[in-house]
Amino acid sequence: MPKKTFSYAIYEALKQEMVRDPTVIIMGEDVGRFGGCFGVTRDLWKIFGEERVRDTPISESAFIGGGAGAAASGLRPVVELMFVDFFGVAMDQIYNQAAKLRYMSGGQCKFPMVLRTTIGGGFRAAAQHSQVLYALFAHVPGIKVVVPSTPYDAKGLLITAIRDDDFVMYFEHKKLYPIEGEVPDEPYTIPFGVADVKREGDDVTVVAMAYMVHEAMKAADELAKEGISVEIVDPRTLAPLDTDTIVKSVEKTGRLVVVDEDYIYFGATGEIITRVVERGVALKAPPKRVATPRVPIPFSPTLEDEILPNKDKIKKAIKETMK
Amino acid sequence: MTEVVVKEKKITPEEIPKEKLLWMYKTMLRIRRYEEKTAELFAAGELPGFIHLYIGEEAIAAGIMAALRPEDKITSTHRGHGHMIAKGGSMAKMMAENMGKVTGICKGKGGSMHIADFSIGELGANGIIGAGWPLGTGAALASKLLGLGYVVVCIAGDGAAEQGTFHEAVNLASIWKLPVVYFIEDNEYGMGMPSWPKPGDPRKSKNIKNLGDRGIAYGIPGVTIDGNDPIAVYEAVKAAVERARIEGIPSIIHALTCRQRGHFEGDPQLYRPKEDVEACKKRDPIPRFRKLLIEKGIATEEELKKIEEEVEKEVAEAIEFGRKSPFPDPKEAYTDIYASEPFPEV
Repeated sequence: MPKKTFSYAIYEALKQEMVRDPTVIIMGEDVGRFGGCFGVTRDLWKIFGEERVRDTPISESAFIGGGAGAAASGLRPVVELMFVDFFGVAMDQIYNQAAKLRYMSGGQCKFPMVLRTTIGGGFRAAAQHSQVLYALFAHVPGIKVVVPSTPYDAKGLLITAIRDDDFVMYFEHKKLYPIEGEVPDEPYTIPFGVADVKREGDDVTVVAMAYMVHEAMKAADELAKEGISVEIVDPRTLAPLDTDTIVKSVEKTGRLVVVDEDYIYFGATGEIITRVVERGVALKAPPKRVATPRVPIPFSPTLEDEILPNKDKIKKAIKETMK
Repeated sequence: MTEVVVKEKKITPEEIPKEKLLWMYKTMLRIRRYEEKTAELFAAGELPGFIHLYIGEEAIAAGIMAALRPEDKITSTHRGHGHMIAKGGSMAKMMAENMGKVTGICKGKGGSMHIADFSIGELGANGIIGAGWPLGTGAALASKLLGLGYVVVCIAGDGAAEQGTFHEAVNLASIWKLPVVYFIEDNEYGMGMPSWPKPGDPRKSKNIKNLGDRGIAYGIPGVTIDGNDPIAVYEAVKAAVERARIEGIPSIIHALTCRQRGHFEGDPQLYRPKEDVEACKKRDPIPRFRKLLIEKGIATEEELKKIEEEVEKEVAEAIEFGRKSPFPDPKEAYTDIYASEPFPEV
């Protein structure tokens, strides 16, 4: 199978869906001639023209709300929000409009819109360009939340998202863009709400998302040498969340560590642990969570490295459950 | 910039087909009677939630819709009953909706502030001020890219014209040449805050009075008109819709009207001078238009009385329909969230 980067896998999904369905359009800041802030949309404007790959002014409310209005009127817009941190200027269009208009109208309309956005720290970009925040959106009814971690998942989940008749938010961790993996050339879909066991193991279940899957894999490799067998479950979508696969894993291992680059409180870590506890799974040790503390992401490398989750913090948490 | 410069209309009533003029009159009256009954029903406890009435502003809805084709679309506001009625929505289904009944146009899930009927191009009232500007702009983008030929009229109040979404949407539509009209209903108040100073109240929510002048800022036509004259509204919208449909030029229309009642039903209007309410009632568009129809010999008393009787009957039937309808099954709360239902977790 050919190897492609995470970034190319997303590009390929966009291109193939735009070929398949002429109602698919792309909108966002510098998605055209610039090729996307992170180079994901590349030459799509050349292939499909500037009517379908639309550079927007810096007006997130207008083009996200416009995407919702267009989606309700027959288009399938894939809208790009350059950094998730920018959602604040357009949150109403996301959580009160795109997410709720279907329900409020008694199901009269549908919103086949994908809102792609980037997440994640480690770039010394400080507090307004480094956040993760997907839990905020998974909290609101009417939004599907997709968090891919590999090039294979990125392509399949994005194609599913574009074909889905509901409003989907698709989160791309910036550190994943150069990561390579096997990706089929042909289009394929991955259903929402189906977690993937990225690594099988017997002693501890680690649930991780996005870039943290890779940090968890590194931790598991090192711990294997110490005789600790780690299973890594990647939910791939937070809304819906595949509780069954997580519970099944924890029933086998009896131990749970949830790793999340999002802020620790009132987020995915708490939700996932709750789902397991609610099912009455017998735990051999208290569950642990490794996540970003309640601190704005700092600029200086020493400060940022202090607060972000990483392999070593994951290893420490896993070992604590093994005591 | 602080003087009101209302664009005088050029069209005369005689240039408009009689049927259209009578349709406008009937539409205004249908809205008025619906809203009056709504006030009664709300006071009697038959309508849950918040109710914002359109009384005094009917000439706008009637004038706009008289200029639209059936396939054209609108976005509406929390004060949107009039838009729905004029666009061709079912009064009975709206009454049922506002009563929270399952036969309501939104199955009882939206209510007065979120009333919508996509089948007639009413893309939704909105509980968020100014939210409709981007949504309607997107619907206009779909019309352009899919070659559907419809125009979108985004209707919202003067308060909504203070939101950032107004600037973003108008700017976007003007550079993308979208078939859209931004219609500002200036009813002189954003809740309790006056658009412009009132006797004894120096507050104002904007620094220019003629919002039609904003068109200059976006390089598009803009006009301020008398919103209590359905013919003036019709003329302005007709011109704007033609420009939008044929040339892809958006417009701003700023219509001066006034709100005869409080922001919502139950609002004692302590912020508002009593004489302001009285002055507004004197500007009532319905008796004014009725008088014009009679004086110009366009309609006879008998014709108008017949219309008035028809309207009374329709409103009574709508209330009857709503009252007889059942509430939704509680389990209906869990449906219509996603198109791809069943969603695995609600």
